[in-house]
Amino acid sequence: MNMQANMSPYTKIVNNGVNVDALLDARAALTEAPEAAQFEWRATCEWINGTHSHSEVEQFFGLGEGQSHKRCFKFDADHPEIFASEDNGATPVEYVLVGLASCLTAGVASVAQHRNIQLNSVRATITGDMDIQGILGVDSDVRNGFQGITVIFEIDADASPEDIEAVVAQSQKRSAVYDLITNPTHVTVETRR
Amino acid sequence: MKQLGNHKAAREVTTVIIGAGHAGLAMSHCLTQRSIDHVVLERGEVANSWRHERWDSLRLLTPNWQSQLPGHQYDGMDPNGFMSMSQVVDFISDYAGTSSAAIYTHTSVTAVYPRDNGYSVATNRGEWHCQTLVIASGAFNTPVVPAVNAALPPEIQTLTPNQYRNPQQLADGGVLVVGAAASGLQIADEIQRSGRPVTLAVGEHVRMPRSYRGRDILWWMALTGLLDERFDEVDDIKRARRVSSSQLVGTSEGVTLDLNTLTDRGVKLVGRLAGVHNNTAQFSGSLANNAKLADLKVGRLLGGIDEWINDNGWSGDVEAPDRPAPTRLDTSPTLEMKLASGEIKTVLWATGFRPDYSWLKVPVLDRKGMLCHDGGVVSAPGMYVMGLPFLRRRKSSFIYGATDDARDLSDHLVGYVNESYRSRLVAMG
Repeated sequence: MNMQANMSPYTKIVNNGVNVDALLDARAALTEAPEAAQFEWRATCEWINGTHSHSEVEQFFGLGEGQSHKRCFKFDADHPEIFASEDNGATPVEYVLVGLASCLTAGVASVAQHRNIQLNSVRATITGDMDIQGILGVDSDVRNGFQGITVIFEIDADASPEDIEAVVAQSQKRSAVYDLITNPTHVTVETRR
Repeated sequence: MKQLGNHKAAREVTTVIIGAGHAGLAMSHCLTQRSIDHVVLERGEVANSWRHERWDSLRLLTPNWQSQLPGHQYDGMDPNGFMSMSQVVDFISDYAGTSSAAIYTHTSVTAVYPRDNGYSVATNRGEWHCQTLVIASGAFNTPVVPAVNAALPPEIQTLTPNQYRNPQQLADGGVLVVGAAASGLQIADEIQRSGRPVTLAVGEHVRMPRSYRGRDILWWMALTGLLDERFDEVDDIKRARRVSSSQLVGTSEGVTLDLNTLTDRGVKLVGRLAGVHNNTAQFSGSLANNAKLADLKVGRLLGGIDEWINDNGWSGDVEAPDRPAPTRLDTSPTLEMKLASGEIKTVLWATGFRPDYSWLKVPVLDRKGMLCHDGGVVSAPGMYVMGLPFLRRRKSSFIYGATDDARDLSDHLVGYVNESYRSRLVAMG
């Protein structure tokens, strides 16, 4: 329940650059046609040399047909020199942090827009703690992945601290990347020649 | 109460009410007042679910003063107490006793079909033809058990709240309670106190103190108009209807039961049960956010009550704000738990219930199997539903909510009957 006196949408115009009406229209349309809500996200990854790889993202599927980004996005991944690598790009785990931070940040903007809260600035700092004894096989009791992830949001917005906290909490509730990091996901890996 | 043999010919009646619980009987009362001839069909006894599908220690979440139905109200000595199940059964049975309507017990509806100008209702005791139908068969017919149930090791006993009676039913040893609405919390508390260590898997939940500023929380919510909030006034009624029951318990001491209480008793809190893989339960890492969402939400609820108190100049007359402390959690709650090690003997699925409409052969269900209705007016002509959460008002989830809902929907039903009578007269020329 929400007893909070919501600021009337008619008394101020908030613009976080999010077209909430379009998102709400999409939600209504997809409620009627759930098959159109089935999306497939795709990426390709090409080995270059050593731990260096080159990934591309361009096509995806959704709304019942093939879709394409405005252009092909390219990502180099590698490891730093202290891992005896050439540091040609961010490490894959850093891409995961980027994915979570950018997903939550997009959520903050959308939820704030929906709740008529003007954002002035949003900055997320994200850290993932890792004990690399796991990936190095030193200690089999240590997991490969993060022990934990911490996200710190610094938000300047025209709203009370509680309302800002509520926006951040709601953005986690609706975040795809937050969900897939906090919950298990089936992963199928096949090899073809 | 009528007992009858098998009738060969279908009987004609203006309205059939399915279910003789509080909602069906409230509707029956209103239809009697409006001179609509009707029958009430009940698969078991009056107040059947309250008799047979509740655990021993359960009490109503609403205080006695709130126990009232059209023409019937609590008149005992303890208005601030909470009814036990046998008291609820008495309360509803007394109500049925005052009714002049035909209530057919042990009469299970096997199918409802559309027919010209109404419905055909087939039962194990013959058939009725009616012009209008009121579905009051309850919101909590079938426990919802997640698919991961099938992945549990076979030696683990599983139970749903409608099968659970008391902790003595369970093997000694650990218990995983899944779900942190009212049922999950109350059962987890009781089992932990029986000496069986409980792990509670917590997803989204609604936190609510039993009392605030010296008064029962439902007293405040009624006073400030929150419980009267209508289905056509809230932002997202579909979501409001899906919200799990608030973390409340009815006890003579009027205590608050929340996650902090359970932590103090030694219950281990973990995130939502996300999966079972290789005999290992996997819990979501989202516990902190779900607790935060619930803390913020209860803060808004109590803030709204404070605002009402200030606006109405009551500040001097009521106790000071006593906000509940934030939910305390371990810095890194357990993400995995071995299920085959013998530590966990029982899994209790307090993961909600859903209504059973398998007998309803009229196209009025959405793709999730829920009734399509607008404040209880079902999308088929002359069909109504009572007793669902947030049916017409927030209080529809409670027994006393049936009072206003039955009044509104019986008015609508009378209008429908009169209108179709008029149009038939016109058609006959």
